[in-house]
Amino acid sequence: MSSLIKVNLTFSGGVELLFNNIKQKIIEIPSTINPPKPTTMKDLILWIKDNLLQERSELFVSGNTVRPGILVLINDTDWELEGELGYEIKDNDEIVFISTLHGG
Amino acid sequence: MVRLCVICNKERAIVKRPKTGQQVCRECFYYVFETEIHNTITDNKLFKQGDKVAIAASGGKDSTVLAYVMKLLNQRYQYGLDLFLLSIDEGITGYRDDSLETVKRNQQQYDLPLKIVSYSELYGWSMDQIVKEVGLKNNCTFCGVFRRQALDRGAVILDVDHIVTGHNADDIAETVLMNILRGDIARLPRCTEICTTGDGSIRRSKPFKYTYEKEIVMYAYFKKLDYFSTECIYSPNAYRGHVRTFIKDLESIRPSAIIDIIHSGEAFEIKEGVKLPVQGVCKRCGYMSSNELCKACMLLEGLNRGLPKLGIGKNFK
Ligand SMILES: [Zn+2]
Ligand SMILES: [Zn+2]
Repeated sequence: MSSLIKVNLTFSGGVELLFNNIKQKIIEIPSTINPPKPTTMKDLILWIKDNLLQERSELFVSGNTVRPGILVLINDTDWELEGELGYEIKDNDEIVFISTLHGG
Repeated sequence: MVRLCVICNKERAIVKRPKTGQQVCRECFYYVFETEIHNTITDNKLFKQGDKVAIAASGGKDSTVLAYVMKLLNQRYQYGLDLFLLSIDEGITGYRDDSLETVKRNQQQYDLPLKIVSYSELYGWSMDQIVKEVGLKNNCTFCGVFRRQALDRGAVILDVDHIVTGHNADDIAETVLMNILRGDIARLPRCTEICTTGDGSIRRSKPFKYTYEKEIVMYAYFKKLDYFSTECIYSPNAYRGHVRTFIKDLESIRPSAIIDIIHSGEAFEIKEGVKLPVQGVCKRCGYMSSNELCKACMLLEGLNRGLPKLGIGKNFK
């Protein structure tokens, strides 16, 4: 049985420009987007691409992951310490996407 | 499974360092990030007590973190520097307005004096006026050439000893690769130098030379530093191009690639006897130039004579 889970998304560092300048959004997604396996970061990224991305998707995704140069934090921890694409999303997770590609 | 910090072995790790692969906690991350920059500054003897140092401030992530860290290290290690923020106002409505607001907030937050010099002051033309003359095709050429000199010219006006810029390891690796791809051997040794001396013997240096962009952005995120990010309105697709993408792709496969490219650039030697172009100075303004007139003076001449295409010839880089 798939239930809905709540995920808190933050877009910053310029990534928000691809999302109509929206910096924060709470979404509800199935706990198993691809049954029977629980929803992972990989599923979430594709879900965002299909449901939220407004323009120029190649500036957000590359293959089945985020474009190199976009940092991802899961509950304030570098996603590289959390298993990246394989991380299983939990209810009320906070996921942050930050671009490093915008001028400094 | 909780991953512990490899430095203190106590706290939970929150960042994986790209340079070393170490997983570190928040406090240890701050400490190694700041200390590495301090070591870069002292190993290279970048400053002297009493130096008047301008921090080139754009409101973007690199210069915001630079201002914060310079202020902090100056206090922590008593460098004795007279620090202030120097911003360039290109005169682009809607773009610089917002980023200058950010710099003005930084001035308050970090308690550093701020000087703003505008293209209009320095060149007699704002970017908005230039776009009216030249259209949207070549405007980035003007903006780039003018920006390169603006900091130096501003620094001369303000009687500064030293300018620090937020160029990070990723930027420098990008420049090394670009100079190699273009075969620009003359620029290759210079682009990896941490400190160069330009106009009027003002020193210009890059304290973030060995600092990864990822760590700068993570530091800004955890410290909740206030910075501004947007694309310039006159070049909506001005991502820094293929070389940048290539470097980010390399980093995602092997993070040490960035430092490796910088080291390759540093180790590059030119065979004895190879003639390099002699660096002269511009007859009109005295800025470094390999031609009689520097690029900025060429472009200005065109603008002022109503021939804005002057200086944008085929060979123009
Ligand atoms: Zn620690
Ligand atoms: Zn000149």
